[in-house]
This record gives sequence, structure tokens and C-alpha cells, in this order.
Amino acid sequence: MPVAASAIYFLNLRGDVLINRLYRDDVGGNMVDAFRMHIMQTKELGICPVRQIGGCSFFYMRISNVYIVIVVSSNANVACAFKFVVEAVALFKSYFGGAFDEDAIRNNFVLIYELLDEIMDFGYPQNLSPEILKLYITQEGVRSPFSSKPSDKPVPNATLQVTGAVGWRREGLVYKKNEVFLDIVESVNLLMSSKGSVLRCDVTGKILMKCFLSGMPDLKLGLNDKIGLEKESQLKSRPMKSGKTIELDDVTFHQCVNLTRFNSEKTVSFVPPDGEFELMKYRITEGVNLPFRVLPTIKELGRTRLEVNVKVKSVFGAKMFALGVVVKVPVPKQTAKTSFQVTSGRAKYNASVDCLVWKIRKFPGQTEATMSAEVELISTMTEKKPWTRPPIQMEFQVPMFTASGLRVRFLKVWEKSGYNTVEWVRYITKAGSYEIRC
Amino acid sequence: MSGHDSKYFSTTKKGEIPELKEELNSQYKDKKKDAVKKVIAAMTVGKDVSSLFTDVVNCMQTENLELKKLVYLYLINYAKSNPDLAILAVNTFVKDSQDPNPLIRALAVRTMGCIRVDKITEYLCDPLQRCLKDDDPYVRKTAAICVAKLYDINAELVEDRGFLDTLKDLISDNNPMVVANAVAALAEIQETSARPIFEITSQTLSKLLTALNECTEWGQVFILDALSTYKAADALEAENIVERVTPRLQHANCAVVLSAVKMILQQMELITSTDVVRNLCKKMAPPLVTLLSAEPELQYVALRNISLIVQKRPTILAHEIKVFFCKYNDPIYVKMEKLEIMIKLASDRNIDQVLLEFKEYATEVDVDFVRKAVRAIGRCAIKLERAAERCISVLLELIKVKVNYVVQEAIIVIKDIFRRYPNTYESIIATLCESLDTLDEPEAKASMIWIIGEYAERIDNADELLESFLESFPEEQAMVQLQLLTATVKLFLKKPTEGPQQMIQVVLNNATMETDNPDLRDRAYIYWRLLSTDPEAAKDVVLAEKPVISDDSNSLEPSLLDELLGNIATLSSVYHKLPEAFVSRAKLTFARPDDEEYPAAVETGNSESPSYEVDGAAATSSQSFTSHETARQPVPVAAAPTPSSAPASPPAPVPDLLGDLLGLDNALVPVDQPIAPSGPPLPVLLPSTTGQGLQISAQLVRRDGQVFYNLLLENNSQVVLDGFMIQFNKNTFGLAAAGPLQIPPLLPQDSARTLLPMVMFQNLSTGPPNTLLQVAVKNNQQPVWYFNDKISLHVFFSEDGRMERANFLETWKSLPDSNEVAKDLSSAIIHSIDSTVENFAATNVFFVAKRRNANKDILYMSAKGPRGIPFLIELTASVGAPGVKCAVKTPSLEMAPLLFDAMEALLK
Repeated sequence: MPVAASAIYFLNLRGDVLINRLYRDDVGGNMVDAFRMHIMQTKELGICPVRQIGGCSFFYMRISNVYIVIVVSSNANVACAFKFVVEAVALFKSYFGGAFDEDAIRNNFVLIYELLDEIMDFGYPQNLSPEILKLYITQEGVRSPFSSKPSDKPVPNATLQVTGAVGWRREGLVYKKNEVFLDIVESVNLLMSSKGSVLRCDVTGKILMKCFLSGMPDLKLGLNDKIGLEKESQLKSRPMKSGKTIELDDVTFHQCVNLTRFNSEKTVSFVPPDGEFELMKYRITEGVNLPFRVLPTIKELGRTRLEVNVKVKSVFGAKMFALGVVVKVPVPKQTAKTSFQVTSGRAKYNASVDCLVWKIRKFPGQTEATMSAEVELISTMTEKKPWTRPPIQMEFQVPMFTASGLRVRFLKVWEKSGYNTVEWVRYITKAGSYEIRC
Repeated sequence: MSGHDSKYFSTTKKGEIPELKEELNSQYKDKKKDAVKKVIAAMTVGKDVSSLFTDVVNCMQTENLELKKLVYLYLINYAKSNPDLAILAVNTFVKDSQDPNPLIRALAVRTMGCIRVDKITEYLCDPLQRCLKDDDPYVRKTAAICVAKLYDINAELVEDRGFLDTLKDLISDNNPMVVANAVAALAEIQETSARPIFEITSQTLSKLLTALNECTEWGQVFILDALSTYKAADALEAENIVERVTPRLQHANCAVVLSAVKMILQQMELITSTDVVRNLCKKMAPPLVTLLSAEPELQYVALRNISLIVQKRPTILAHEIKVFFCKYNDPIYVKMEKLEIMIKLASDRNIDQVLLEFKEYATEVDVDFVRKAVRAIGRCAIKLERAAERCISVLLELIKVKVNYVVQEAIIVIKDIFRRYPNTYESIIATLCESLDTLDEPEAKASMIWIIGEYAERIDNADELLESFLESFPEEQAMVQLQLLTATVKLFLKKPTEGPQQMIQVVLNNATMETDNPDLRDRAYIYWRLLSTDPEAAKDVVLAEKPVISDDSNSLEPSLLDELLGNIATLSSVYHKLPEAFVSRAKLTFARPDDEEYPAAVETGNSESPSYEVDGAAATSSQSFTSHETARQPVPVAAAPTPSSAPASPPAPVPDLLGDLLGLDNALVPVDQPIAPSGPPLPVLLPSTTGQGLQISAQLVRRDGQVFYNLLLENNSQVVLDGFMIQFNKNTFGLAAAGPLQIPPLLPQDSARTLLPMVMFQNLSTGPPNTLLQVAVKNNQQPVWYFNDKISLHVFFSEDGRMERANFLETWKSLPDSNEVAKDLSSAIIHSIDSTVENFAATNVFFVAKRRNANKDILYMSAKGPRGIPFLIELTASVGAPGVKCAVKTPSLEMAPLLFDAMEALLK
């Protein structure tokens, strides 16, 4: 049964109900007490996001300082429930203009009630597109203070758009200048052993799109991925152009992309929502260009001293550079004194995270930097357990670089009025979980 | 951009309610609206504002949509506690449902459906009827869900008013969202109804698959979930379906992906071409891996499902083990599940890499995770013979680090490794013994003691080691005591010197006199007697070869696994339990308990139901403990009669005690026999002599309007029997099992009774009707057993077979005389008319009339057989004398012989 929820609760960290909505009759109103008693006030919290208490099951997620709890008593679709929560939070954020936290909920509770009524009916998720909902759910808190003005002037075809096949785009949009911005954002995930061998490495990328296009345009996106190119050359019966092609392990698309067509023709064609959205996500494991190599040596000298030496090499093009590079080297809790020598950037000891934090604002390609540090520890007799040596973590951003080598080959826009479009493409690679064991 | 509603929460003055009342009745719209907001705010924080019901409802008639919504929200919350007042709202609802604005029409219907007050429900029907046929799709999609709401409140009303048909029409609606919601509503209604309402034909299937392309993401989930129960006719159709579902794997919404995976896996069962299957497996792997980049909670759901999927089709992710390597910052629940999947995917090819990972995890901070990592190494050793040595060397490295809980965990798994590979790795015992004094957990202690006992002859100071444990014998946990007892006996048998002899005296004394634990006492007595009668026999028993163990800790029974795979993405797949195990409103409950009571019923149901808890590496090795002990236990019991039947009176250190024991043994036998829940014993269909010790008794019965197969399985063999499955051959009534046979593993001398729900008209045989029911039962240990049962017609007699006198006469007359047959039931007897009538009524043969004719009593009865066939029965007999003449008139004459059989059986 694809029911996702019988009731939904928003609780603060103390367990007070901020908002709740019962969708079905099969769970009692006091179910939240069970959640507080058996999960929030015990060590259970955070041990497992799906729990059964009595005849009911609870799914919960924490988002900033709010717990969102879904209660069901049937064999509900958990995947659907969690995804609903994720999407609902995104929707609320888009309404509040940013943050989603306890205060935002209190300040917009009427709006949230109204949205909760709209986006789920009897436990079944309905349309959650902010684009469309904003057509007819317009709280004055969000828009204007003319609250006495009857706000139920129906947008002529709002209801048709909620339910329509293109349930994510409004009709009759007009822009003076038609523009599309494409951002290719890649996160590199790396797990490297202390000896420098790559244990796991993959890239999760997403293509973010910002559309300011009039009317109902049809878009077609071409990438330098192998399957798409092969199919294309097959269709046009001309040999494949040489050049770098990449193999995508998996792609997932925003609901606006015609999946059946992708499956048969391997083309990404869609009618985009207005404004910003995530067009697609992809994953690559083969042929990943790691932007940084890290060579750590950490020596324990006796019981009270640690010698840390970290060398970072940038292996992307010499003309490019990375921004905001941060290397976090974990040290034991009982660290007392540190001294550093760095070839670039600044390093310091941050006791709240038990790490040496080395920051380099700008890191050019094909260069290397080193940090050597001496760490003195307070000698403790009680600490029997050896230090667990958590992995070194790294953060960075490399503009105009893709670790996967992905490139946008074309973006075609077709609209019946035949206007011209300006397309902008940016690339950036960030660190996902970039971990080096030491 | 954010609002500032928080002010509504901050009006906690003394006279809040009267103040609100005043404001609600204000003539200024703004003030009114603010007041309603304050009411809602108060409601949210749990204050009782139900006393304002009338005042709030008065605000309902407004042009302001926002205000209207707030009032509706209030109504949903408080209508139940004020049913009489709720009626006040009905007029506005009905009016709103005809508003020119579709948003208001939909809002009215949606809200009315949420108000579960009978009086309101009555008024809901007309607006609902209209809205189901509304021009606006938004209204229709809302009305579609509303039908499900109404069905939940009053199913009869929905059926009477023909809403189901209208709902079915909506499946062909031109708007995809209407279609999706209609499908969701129908699927839900089907789930709660015992009658077929929403049956998916190949035509609907194709229509819905087309609608998939245009639906919202959620609509796709509704449709895929509803279609996942569809059984394709053949491999070709299955392939077609799969082809149309596969594109969904690329959807960004992971709920869509999981539902698509579920559907593909279901259809794959039918696909025979290995190429197609291989191809599908290849296609499913990347989307499954991608699920792991979602939010941690969604990852958890995905991982629990993947754990099922890899058990069914290990090839899908065989090459993807790396993606399950834990990240340092993964939440603990994600790490635990990843670890579990890593064990499942570990193979000779990747074991080195996997071991490096496990070793890394074993040094992390979270104790539970570290323990699980250590166990994982042990389980890999048991699973992969060629890697066992490498696993052990990793374990030894970990032991050397001397972290207490790591050592203890390692010892627990090493015990299992010793059992799996006897006489191979004993060289490490010395290392283990070094950590002896740091053990403080019962399971680790028990494991260590087992190792010492098992290898007592190779450990020079085994007696000293055991002695050190003996000092604290009375304080130890039962698990440790049992192991100590066994280990001491082993030591004595292997090294019958003075030291061990003294030890054994101490232990036996302690275990028989000083303990309240019956298990411990019984085991001690048995050893005692064995040792005193025949030490050689004791050796045979205690030091017997043990059966080989395997790592089956997390493998689910195949039939259970299949059912769980049909529930992918749902709670069932996360708990790894069937929905019946945790859902209170199961489909099969016909007599639904009072709603008020069911939470309590659920709780007991849960605590009793043997959960299919899989997690628990703890369960694993404790199981391997119990299984090896219990596997051994029956041996002494079976062996016991042999020495006692030998006439030589036992040379007795404690003769009286032995006498007691013997008496006890005999007394135990009858108690051990299963206590039948009720009714006469079931006929034995498969005697244990033919069933290699398995005895099956069974009979068809009718309970609460349903046919069940009442089964009693008794295991008289020497092995544990598990994995029971049942199948029925084609038969006249098409009887088949409605679900899997749920029998727990049967220990030797154990028995289990179950009521297997049956369905009819599933596998019909052709030819004249007969009573033959051929049954096949299999388990994992024995060949398939076939036996025959006899179907008695009366189990099909339905509860609604009662006929009024007039109706009976009319039916009698309407049937031609050729449809009447009679038979003399010579062995039947009627002792008293009243009790016969009563007995008959209990089996749904209903008394219509009686008369007397020439010293004979004539009874007229009616019954309704399968497919609603009426039986008009006339019984002629003299009370108390054997011999009853039975005449029957029925439209399907070929059933008459079966009826006679049934009547004869009933009148015995």
C-alpha cells in the first residue's frame, strides 16, 4: 500500500509539538507521547530511523532543530514517506525563503497547515511542486500584508496545472531575455588507505539548471557520455566523432524528463520548470580524475608526542586553481600544544573537533604544499584504549574542472515563438567525503 | 520573507477562552481571522479549545479561502468530539461543494471525508457523487481519494451507492493524476476487502503503464505498487511489462525507483531467458547503488531492501561491494546495514579487501559497530573456507590489541570457527588463553569454556583453567553454567585423573542441589547418570561428532524472502517481517475486534509472534550454541532406555536419585505430547513410519466463514526439520493454500499445529467431482511427502445458507424432480432431533421444517455449497434407530454423492 503517513508531527528538540496533522484515523492523537517516551528520551534516538512501538511504526528525521515524525499503523511505503518529508521540507524552505527551523515553523504555522492539507491527502502524497503550489497557496505572511483582501481569486487554471501532465510549469510565462544557466556540480568521494591506494572513489554529480524562458519550451541536452553519443551516431548513421567520452554509471532525472524517451533514444528532453531546479544526477566510478593527492605520515613518538607531516599535491591543470582548500588532520583528544610549519596557507589546532585544521585559500594546479606539525599530548594513565586514528578529511572547490570529465555538448531550446536563447554553462568540482586513512 | 505567526502562540492570559469567543464573534473580518488563528495555535500546543466549536463554525461561511481552510482544519480535529454540533457545518459543506471555484469544491469534499462522524457521512454521498464526475480534474482527483476515506468509515455505503464503479471508471480518466489517485484508492479498498474489487486485467495493466509516463512522481509510486501484485500470464508478457517499467529506474525519486525494482523482480520470476534476466540484473545495479547517495534515512531503507535483494539475486551487486564500504561519518544504522551486506557479498575474490575494511572498522569508536565488525570477520571465515585462515590471522591481530570487548567478541566467533573447521586451527588456543582473565561477558566466557572443554586434551593446564571459573560457578549466568558443566564432563572423560574427578563432584553438586534452573539441573542429572552407569556410553554421547555448522544467520527462508520482496519499499521490507506480524488490521481478520480494543491486542500479538528477527549476530552464535547443544541433547534421552532396560541394577552412588530420574523420564513423555487446542484429534494422514519420523495429521475445517487446513506436524526423527512447504494437487474444488505454511523449525520430539488458510477455485481438476485431496509437504531435510486426504463437502457450507420456509418450498418446486436423489445412510443415526439440528447448524446446515409421518421423523434442511449451489435436504429417520434416509434436491446433481458422504459423517 503506497500510503506514506497516518500522521505527521513536527517536534522541537525538547519534544514539544510545533505542528501536527492527522491524515488517517488508524493512529491515536497521543502517539507522539510514545515517540517521546521510547525514542526521544532514550539512547534509542539516532540508532534507527524506523521503529515500532506498540501497534504503530515511527519514521523520523532531524532537520536543523526540528524532528519530523511520521506515524503509521499499516504496512506503509517507507521510501515514499521519507522522500515526502525531504520534498516537503524543500517546499517549506522555498516558501519561507531559506531556513527551516523551529522559529520558521512557529512563524508560518498557518501556511504550513495549509500546505500540509494540500500536499498529502489521506496519507497519499499529492503534488509538491513549489512552482505550482505558489499559484494558489499564497499566505500573506509570504506575499503581502493585504490580508483583508479576499485572496481566493482563483488563478484561472491553477487546478488544471496541479493535475496536468506538465504539473511543474506554469503557462504564459514571459521573459524579455530568454536565458538558461547550467551548473555542473560534482562531488568527489574518496576513501584512500594510508598507503595511498584508492579503496573507493566515485563522483556524484548534478546538473542544476536555472531557466528564464518564455512559453512552453522543449529542451534537449547533449553530454559527452558514451551511450548517448553512440546512439546519436547510430541514429544519424555517421561515425562517432573522436574526443573524450565518459561512461556514466547511473543517471536519475527530475520528473520533467521524459524517461521513456531517454530509455529508447538516450536523449535528455524535457519541458523545464521555471526558475531553479535539479535536472539530473549522475554517478561515475571509472576514470575519475582526483584533483588532490594527499600523503600523510603521522608518527607517535612515545606516549606524549606526535609528529604529523602532510603533503598535498594538486593534479589538475596548471592554469586552474582550487578554492577554499581545508585539510583536517585528526589528533588525540588529549592534545596540549601544537606547533606548525606550512609552505602555504595557515594551520591551527581546533580543540572542538580534535583536528589540526589547515586552510589554503587558493591552491594552483600542478603544485604541492606541505604541513609539518608537532603535537604534544598530556600524558594520561587512565586512557588505556589506543588512539583510533580517524581519517584525514579534505574540503575544496575547483571551478571549471570536472573530476569525471563530463562536458555539455549542446543545449537546444525549441519554443513555438522561435525566440533566441542565451545559454551559460559553469563547472565546479567539490569534495564530497574525501577521506584519507592515516 | 518569513511570516510572523508566532505571536498567535503568546496569548496565555487567564480568560483566554472567553476572550477568543468574543473575538470570533467580532464583526471585523481581520479580528475574526486572527482569533481563528489563535484557536488553531492553541489547538496545536494541545490546549482544549473544543468549547469554541459553535463560534468557530460560525466563521465557516466566508469568502476568504484562508479563513475557510482554518475553520475546516478546526472541524477535522474537533468534529468527533462534537458530533451533534458538527451537523451545523453540513450545509456549508454541501454549498461549498457546488462552488464555482474548483479549489473550494475540492476542499469541501476533502474535508468532509476527514470528518468521521456518521451524520456527516450521510450528507457526503451526494456531493461526492457530483465531484467524482466534476469537469475539473483537481476536484476529481480529490474525490477519488475521498471514496477510500468513505470506505474506511462505511464500506457498505460506498458499495450501495455504486462509488466503486465510478472509481473504476476513473482509471480511464484522461488526467494522469486522477488515474493515479483512483488507483491508490482502489488498491487500498482492495486491501481491506475480502472480495475481489480491483482486479488488474491485462487491459488495465497496459492502460496504467501508459499513464506512468505522465504521472507525478507519487502517482508513479501508486501505480507501480498497485501493479506489483499482477501476475503475468507468461514469460513474454512479463518481459513486456519489465520493458515498460525499466525507464522508471532513472527517476530522481527513490520511492519510484524502489517500486520499479519491486515490480521488475516480481516479473523476473516468470522470465525464463537467462540473457534477459542477466541483462535486467545489470540494469538494476546502478540505480540501487545510486540510492546510497540519498539522505541517510533513505539509505537505510534502501540498504534493508538491498539486503533482501542480494539474498535472492546475489549476482546483481556482486561486483559492487566497494560501494558498501562504510564512510567514517555514516550514521550507525547505515554502517550496521552496510556491514551486513558486505558479509553477504564477500567472496573469495574480494575477501582480502573486505578483511582490510573490517579490520579498520574494528578500531573505530562505536562499540556496537566494532563488535559487529569482529563478528563479520568470523562469519566470513565460516562462509568462505579458503579465506578462513586469513580471517583468523586478522582476528588474532585484533586480540593482540587487547581491547576488552574486541577480545571477547573475537573469542565468540572463534568458537564458531572451531566448530566449522574442527582440528584445523587449534594452534591459536594458547593465544586465546592469555586473555582468559579479562573476560567478563557471559557469552564470551561460555565460548571460552566451550573451547577449553572441547580441546581439553591439548591444553596442558585445562583443569587449572576450568577450575578458575568454577570458583564463581553459583554466580555465573545460566549460559556459562551450562558450558562449565559440559566442559568439566568433557575434561573428566578425556583426562580421568584425580583433579578433574574432584571438579566434577563439585560441579554436579552445584548444578543439581544449589540451582533453581531446571535446564542446568536436568543436564547435570543426565551426565551424572551416564557417568555412573557406563562411562563409555557417556564418552559416545558427550564427545560425539558434532554436525557441521554454516553461516545461515541472516538467511531468510525462501518463501518468506519471496513475500518480503513483494513488499519492497514498505515497512515489511525494512523490518524483514511479513505485514501480518506487525499490522493490526490484517486482511484475514474477518471478525474485526472493536476498534477501541485493538491496540492492546496488537501488543500481545507482537510479543507472542516469533519475530523473524534477523539482525542479531548475537542471535546467530547463541543459536549455534543451542543448536549444537540441543542437537546433542536428544541423544542421551534416546540412549537412556538402553542401560536401564539392561537388567543389571545400576551400580549406584546415588541409586534413589536414579530411580527418581527414571520415574521422571516416564512421567515426562505424556506431558511432552502436544496439547490439542480443541476438538477431536486430527486423523493421521502420514504416519511417522512412512515419513521417516515426521507425522502429519490434518483435516479441513471451517472457521469464521473461511476454510482452513488444520495441520499437526510431529517430529519424531532425530534431526531438526525446517523449511516446511505445502502444496495441493488439482482437485474438484480447486482448493489451494492461501499463504505459505508457517511452521517454525521443528526440534526433535517437538510438534506444531497450524491453521493454514485455504482458497478455492485456484487449481481445479476436471472430471466428475470427487473428494480426493492430494497433498505434498516438503522440508529442507527430507524428501517430499505425498499423502491423500478426503474433502468433506460440509466445510464449504456457507454461513448464509439459511432458507425461509417459503423460499425452500419455492426452490424445491422450481427444480425438476429429476434433480432429486436419495440414499440410505445405514450407519447414520439420529439420537435426538434437537441436538441434531443444533449440530447441523454448527456446520451451516440449517433446519427449515420437520414433520412426522408413520413413526418417522422427517427433517428438511438447507445448505449452500461452493459457488452458492443450494442443497435442499430431506432426512427421514426414526429417532434412536440406526439408518437414515437422505434425499437431496440440488441444481448440480453431480455433487449429491459428496453430500451423502458429508451427511453420513455428520450423523455419526
